Amino acid sequence: MTLAARTARARGARDAGTEPSRRRPDLGWLGLAPFSVYVVLFLLLPAALAVGSGFFTRDGAFTLANLAAFGNPIVLKDFLDSFWLSAVTAVLGAVFGATICYALLRARPDGLLRSVVDAGSSVLAQFGGVMLAFAWIATIGSQGLVTVLVAQLTGIESLGGLGGPSLYTVAGLIPVYLYFQVPLMVLSFMPAMEGLRQAWAEAAATLGATRATYWRRIAMPILAPAFFGCAILLFANAFSSFATAAALIDQGGIVPLRIFSSLSSETVLGADNLAGVLALGMVVVMVVLMAAYGLLQRRAARWQR
Amino acid sequence: MSAGVEDVRASGTSEESTTPLRAVGRPEAVARRALGRTPRVGAAPSRATSTIVLVLAGVFFLVPIAAMVEFSLRQGRTGSYTLQHYAAVLDPAQEYAYDGLFQGTLNSLAICAITVLIVLLVLLPTMILVELRYPALRRALEFVCILPITIPTVVIGVGFLPVYSVIARLVGSDAWSLAFAIGIIVLPYAYRPIAVNLQGLDVAMLSEAARSLGAGWGTVMVRVLVPNLRRGILASCFITIAVVLGEFTIATFLSRTTFQTALVLIQHTDPYVAVIFALLALVFGFVLLLVIGRLGAVRRRA
Amino acid sequence: MNKRHLAGAALLAVSAVALAACSSSASGTTPSASAISHADALTATSADDFGGMDGLVAAANAEGQLNVITLPPSWANYGKIIQGFEKKYPKIHINSANPDGSSADEVAAARSQKGQSTAPDVFDLGTAVMDENLDLLAKYKVQNWKDIPDDFKDPDGVWYYDYTGLMSIGYDSSVITTPPKTFADLLKPEFKGKVAIKGDPTQANEAASAVYLAALQNGGSADDIQPGIDFFQKLKQAGNFLATLPTQATVASGETPVVIQWSYNNLAWGAGSSAGNPNYTTVIPTGSPALGSYYNQAINVDAPHPAAARLWEEWIYSPEVQNLYLAAGAYPATLEAMKKNGTVDSSVLAKVGDAPKDFVQLTSDQAAKAGQLLSQKWAAAVG
Repeated sequence: MTLAARTARARGARDAGTEPSRRRPDLGWLGLAPFSVYVVLFLLLPAALAVGSGFFTRDGAFTLANLAAFGNPIVLKDFLDSFWLSAVTAVLGAVFGATICYALLRARPDGLLRSVVDAGSSVLAQFGGVMLAFAWIATIGSQGLVTVLVAQLTGIESLGGLGGPSLYTVAGLIPVYLYFQVPLMVLSFMPAMEGLRQAWAEAAATLGATRATYWRRIAMPILAPAFFGCAILLFANAFSSFATAAALIDQGGIVPLRIFSSLSSETVLGADNLAGVLALGMVVVMVVLMAAYGLLQRRAARWQR
Repeated sequence: MSAGVEDVRASGTSEESTTPLRAVGRPEAVARRALGRTPRVGAAPSRATSTIVLVLAGVFFLVPIAAMVEFSLRQGRTGSYTLQHYAAVLDPAQEYAYDGLFQGTLNSLAICAITVLIVLLVLLPTMILVELRYPALRRALEFVCILPITIPTVVIGVGFLPVYSVIARLVGSDAWSLAFAIGIIVLPYAYRPIAVNLQGLDVAMLSEAARSLGAGWGTVMVRVLVPNLRRGILASCFITIAVVLGEFTIATFLSRTTFQTALVLIQHTDPYVAVIFALLALVFGFVLLLVIGRLGAVRRRA
Repeated sequence: MNKRHLAGAALLAVSAVALAACSSSASGTTPSASAISHADALTATSADDFGGMDGLVAAANAEGQLNVITLPPSWANYGKIIQGFEKKYPKIHINSANPDGSSADEVAAARSQKGQSTAPDVFDLGTAVMDENLDLLAKYKVQNWKDIPDDFKDPDGVWYYDYTGLMSIGYDSSVITTPPKTFADLLKPEFKGKVAIKGDPTQANEAASAVYLAALQNGGSADDIQPGIDFFQKLKQAGNFLATLPTQATVASGETPVVIQWSYNNLAWGAGSSAGNPNYTTVIPTGSPALGSYYNQAINVDAPHPAAARLWEEWIYSPEVQNLYLAAGAYPATLEAMKKNGTVDSSVLAKVGDAPKDFVQLTSDQAAKAGQLLSQKWAAAVG
C-alpha cells in the first residue's frame, strides 16, 4: 500500500466517522498538548539557548563573528570527515542490520533467540565511550587479540590496514561505529520486517512469484520508507557521536570533538560561543538531509501509484 | 492457475486450512515448506542463510567482548593469566566507590522508570493521535523527534543548564529529575520503532472498526492499538532503558550521580577493574533487558 | 504514582539523614564552637571565624556533604586524599563529580549550577582558567598560611598553589630497551607508532604542556612554543606519534608504550600503584629546563557547603595530605616549610627526589599566547 493511498484511506475513514470529533472538535488538539509543552520546554528552549549562544559574545552582545568559523578550512574538513564517516557507517549499518533482521525472520517472535538479540542489540546500541574504544584497541590495536592471533597464524607481523595507528584515524572509526550502528538498525528496523504479512508472501507465491520477485516487487517497496528512515537515524546517531571518537582519535577530526574542545578547553579560552555556531551547522546538515529524504519519499509515493 | 486462485480464497478464510489445500495444489510450496519448515513462505530465509548471517554477526559482536575478557584475565605483560583482578573487585578499599555505584544504580533505575513513562504516556499517545487525526503533522513530528540527536549532547547539555536551575528550585536537585532531559535524548531512538510499527498498521481502519463496535477511545488505545503496536513499543522501551543506563554526558554536566558517572569514577583506580566493570555493565544491562523481554513474552503466551 | 512515592521516599530519607546529622552535630558541639550560620560560613576567611578548628569541624559536620569536581582518584593521589578526609570526618560525605573534566568544566559547573546543592564547593584549577574567573573564588586562609611561599598565593587568600608535577616521559621498559633521555630520542625508529600525549593540546593543559616542553627541548622558550609544534610534526612524519588517548588500560595492554604526561600520572601508572605496570618507568627529559605547572586550590564563593569547603582546604594543606601529594610524585606547595619543620615524610622525599630548583612555568599571558598559536597551528601540524 502506498503512502498516498494510506493517507487517503485515513482521511476517508476520518470523514466517515467524524461525528464524535465534530461534537468535540478541541479534544484532538488537547491531546497534542502534553507532548508539545514537553518538547518546547525541554528541547526547543534548551536547543535555542545552546545554538543561540553562537550569536552572542561573552559580554552578551549580538555578533555574527563566530560564523567566520565556516570559512576555516580545518572546520570545513571536520564537517566533511563527519559527513562521510556518518554516511558510510549509516549505509553499512543499515545494510548489515537489515540482513540480520532478515535472518531473524526464521526465529519465533517469542523465542529465546529473539529475546537475546533484542536485549543484546539494546545494550550494544548504547555501548560507547572509552570502554568501547578500548574493546577495539584490545581487538585490532597493534597488540590486539586478533592482531596477535593473525600474526601467530600467518607470520605477518602487523595486520597492515587494520592494526596500529590506522585505527586512530577517522577511517579507523568505521568498524568501531558499526559496533553500535548495526544493533541500532536491528532494533529500529525489526518491527518493519515483522510487519510483512505472511499472506502477502503466500499470495505472491500462489500467483507464481519467485522469492526474488516477491522481495523485489513486494517486500522491498513496502520496507523502503522504514529502511531509509532508519538509515537517517543511523546517520544522525553517528554524526553526533562523540565519546568513542574522543577516546580513539585524540587530535580533533570530527565536528562534535571540535565542539567539545571549544566548550571545555583549558588552553584556548573564550571559544565556548563557537560551539553554538558549530552545533547550528550540524542541525543545518540534518535539516537538509531530512528535507531530501522527505522529497524522496514523496517521489517514491508517486512512483508507487 | 485455478489451484492458485483457490489457494488465495482458502487462505482468506483460515490459515489452518491452507496447508492441506496447498499440499494438493502447489508442489513447490509443499517442497519449500518441507525443506525450510517455515511458516513464512517466500519471506523467511533458508535455515542455512539465516544461520550463516547470525553466526557472522555473533562473531563480529563477540570478538571485542572476548578481547576485553582476555585483557581482564591478564597478569600484566607476562603472558600468563590470573583471576586476581576479579578478586581485586572485592577489595575493601573499593568500598567507598561501591557506595557511589550502588546509589548511582538506584538513581539510574528510577530515571529508567520515569523515562519509560514519558515514552508511554507522552510520546506514544501523541504518535497515535497524529497518525489517526493529523497525518499532515506526521513529518513535523518525525523531525521534532529526530532533532535531539542532531544536536550533540554536549551542546544541548549547555542548553539544559538554565532549565535545570529552575527545576532545581521547583523539585530539588535529586537525580530522578534527569529523566526529563533524558526523555528528550531518548526521543529519536524511541520514536523510530513505534513509527515503523505504525507504518505497517492501518490505524485508521483498526480504530474505526473498534469504534463502530462501540469502543471508546480509551478502549481503542489500550485494547486494540497498543496490542498491535506491542513489538514497536517493546523495542522503544528497550532502547529507552539502554539509553538511560548508558547516559553519561548530561549527568556529568549537572553533577548528578548515575550508574555511568559512578562507573567512570571506579574505572580510575585500576585498568583491569575498569574493564571488568565495563563488562559487568554490559551483562547487567543485558540481563535486565532479557528478563523484561522474557516476562513480556511469557505473559503474552499465557 | 510510583514516581511520587519514590520522590517521597527519597525526601524522607534525606530529611532523616539531615536530622541525624543535625542531632549528632548538636551533641558533639561545645557551646563556644556552635555552628555558625550559612551566610557567615560563606564569608569566613579563616577557621577563626568559626571559633577555631573545632567550630569549623562542627559547622562542616552539620552540612554533612562536600562536592568536589574533576578529581580523578588516580591523579596525584586524590583517591587516598578523598578517602582520608571521609575517614577523618565520617559525618561528611564527598560527592565527586566529573573526574575526567577540565578546569574549564569546573568553572562552567560552578556558574551553571549556582544556587543548587550539586554545585562544586572547591576547585583544583589551572592558572590560565583561574585568572579569567577570579570572581567565582572566595577568600580563605588556611591555618598554616605562612607555610605557603608568598609568590605561591594571592595575598588575600583568593587562590593558593597546591602542587605541581613535571612533564615526563613514561615508557614500558620491556618494549623500549634504550631509555629515552631527551625528546630527540623519541624520533628514533624504535619509537615507531608508540608515543602518545594526554589529549588534544588545544583542549587539555596536560597535552599542551607536552608541546611546551618539546619547545624547551628544541631551542624554544615559554614565549616561543613554535619549536614544540614543529617537533610533534616531525614525530608525526616519522610515524612515531600515536594520535590516541592513552589510559592506564592502553599502557597495560601495550598499545601505548610511551606516554608524555605529568610525572605524578606516569608514576601512578607504573610500579607505584598495585595494579600498575611494574615495567613502566618515568624519566624527566634532560637537556633543557624542566616544565612544571602548579595547580591552584580555591573555594567557590557560592559554595553550597561553605564550611565543609573550608575544612577541605585545611585538610589539603595539612602535612598528612601534602605528603600524600609528594608520595604520588607531585611537589606540594608547603614542601620547603615541611622540610624545615620536619613534618615531611623523609622516606617518601628520598624516594621521589627533591623538587628541582628551577623549572619553567608559563605565566597566564604566555599560556594564553601559546594557546592561540596552538589553535592556529596544531591541527595542521599533526592532521
